[in-house]
Amino acid sequence: MIGVELRKLFRRPRTWITIALLNALPVLVAVLLKVTDLAPRPGEGPAFLSAVLTNGTLYPLAALAIVLPLFLPIAVAVVAGDAVAGEAQGGTLRYLLARPAGRTRLLVAKLVAVIAFVLVTVVIVAAVGYVVGTALFEVQSLGATTGISGTSLTPEQVAGRTLLSIGYITVSMLGVAAFALFFSTLTDSPQLATLGALAVLIGSSLLFTLDAASDIAPYLPTRYWLSFVDFFREPILWRNITRGLGLQAVYVVVLLGAAWANFTTKDVTS
Amino acid sequence: MNGTVIATAGLRKAYGAVRAVDGIDLDVRAGDVYGFLGANGSGKTTTVRMLLGLVLPTSGTVEVLGRPIPKAGREVLPRVGALIEGPAAYPHLSASANLSLMDAAGPGGARRGRRQRIAEVLDQVGLGGVGKRQVRGFSLGMRQRLGLAGALLRRPDLLILDEPTNGLDPQGIHEIRTLLLDLNRTGTTVFLSSHLLAEIEQLATRVGVLDRGRMVLQDDLATLTAPTGATVVRTPDPARAVRELGDRVLSADGERLVVRGSEPAEVNAVLVGAGVPVSGLALDRPTLEDVVLAAAAGSGDRVPVGTTVSGAAA
Repeated sequence: MIGVELRKLFRRPRTWITIALLNALPVLVAVLLKVTDLAPRPGEGPAFLSAVLTNGTLYPLAALAIVLPLFLPIAVAVVAGDAVAGEAQGGTLRYLLARPAGRTRLLVAKLVAVIAFVLVTVVIVAAVGYVVGTALFEVQSLGATTGISGTSLTPEQVAGRTLLSIGYITVSMLGVAAFALFFSTLTDSPQLATLGALAVLIGSSLLFTLDAASDIAPYLPTRYWLSFVDFFREPILWRNITRGLGLQAVYVVVLLGAAWANFTTKDVTS
Repeated sequence: MNGTVIATAGLRKAYGAVRAVDGIDLDVRAGDVYGFLGANGSGKTTTVRMLLGLVLPTSGTVEVLGRPIPKAGREVLPRVGALIEGPAAYPHLSASANLSLMDAAGPGGARRGRRQRIAEVLDQVGLGGVGKRQVRGFSLGMRQRLGLAGALLRRPDLLILDEPTNGLDPQGIHEIRTLLLDLNRTGTTVFLSSHLLAEIEQLATRVGVLDRGRMVLQDDLATLTAPTGATVVRTPDPARAVRELGDRVLSADGERLVVRGSEPAEVNAVLVGAGVPVSGLALDRPTLEDVVLAAAAGSGDRVPVGTTVSGAAA
């Protein structure tokens, strides 16, 4: 069943178009930086962007930081929102369940396919970022690189921590995926499920900037998304990273539980 | 195979105050071509969905192939082929890729021999030449054939088909009818849901009629349309025929007379002996339409002012 869902996802042209579009913005930014040589000052603009002019190997992280706030969650919400509601709208859900695929199995397979999509997308963004970064910018071949807090990291450390960041960003997206997947079991319209997840996301981002909402800020799904930059402090600042992982885990467990409870007991009339 | 293939007891589905299916007892036996008739909105589709475990009954039980649904769905449904309210497929994939994915999505469809099975069913439904083409470009009739291919893929013991000839041209309908009868001859039980009386009359051996969520009729087609014991006579001279036959004439409608007596030859002899010309002669049988109209109240989607809807929501 999981194989079936992966085949469906990755044989669908839309999946690859989404990934291609997702890569367009970081590539455009890189080209603009190269042409104008105008990097944002440290502390301004997307994370890592100030540092890439002197070290192209940091560009995968800059690329991820560029797509993280909006593009990546939109793509995740589209794919996860489509998971069940898309099958319902296309009429294939009734055939899958009468096959019988098993409702729990189908939901698990959909979840695995969404996670695979997030991982593949994040890895491709990082890989394209690496290719673009090393082709356009200087690469410090020897000695230490500057970390985010002025400390020095070896190229091996940068590589290792980039991999950790890829993992962390993937997990950060699971909360959005869980919201979209839950909404996807509630409606037969994939657009509605996607918009629902985006509404949560935008609401969360907005509340995060509001002082009056500071009491609930630690529980907002987007709260710790950018904490992956803490991997590049020396030593690694684990506090927010572990909180971010824990928070995503809670959202995923609660929402998937709700999705499962709803989907396994509902009448499929689509 | 023998015995009961589909049995429901007191099957009921309510959506709020609306009773879509109101306590039906289906009885489909092995080897039947069962025609499940009902007007639009009479509850056919809801019933079909309950048979397949898609809609969960409010009360009552469903047994398919001797096992409870939805509990034993994983065991039973691989032996059931279904076409539910029109076909559905992934438009960007080819016909055979669609069949392959559906087959892999559940138990009972071994990977070994899958390609062979797919080629066979595509051939069987007349899509052998377009297996590699994207479904996006398929006509409604081709999609319907593909849906039927999906239902046949695992050589099921039971076919549950909802309006299987929808969107097909007359040749296509004839072809599918022949295919279904062939399958039935080799042991497949066919449960056919339709609002097309003619289709059921040509295919079914048993008939169940649903009216506003209730079963109003369930019997062998041969019993329902059994001769009434009268003979239908056509004559260009009805006045003289009535005079000769006297009170044996039950009704007269132009040149068509219904005459008491289950022996057309005897009626013919009487008339010809008296010199009355006879242009047609047949046993009087009710048509399925007569039977259904007598049993069911009216069209399900006709809702006059002042009636409360009790059997809506197909």
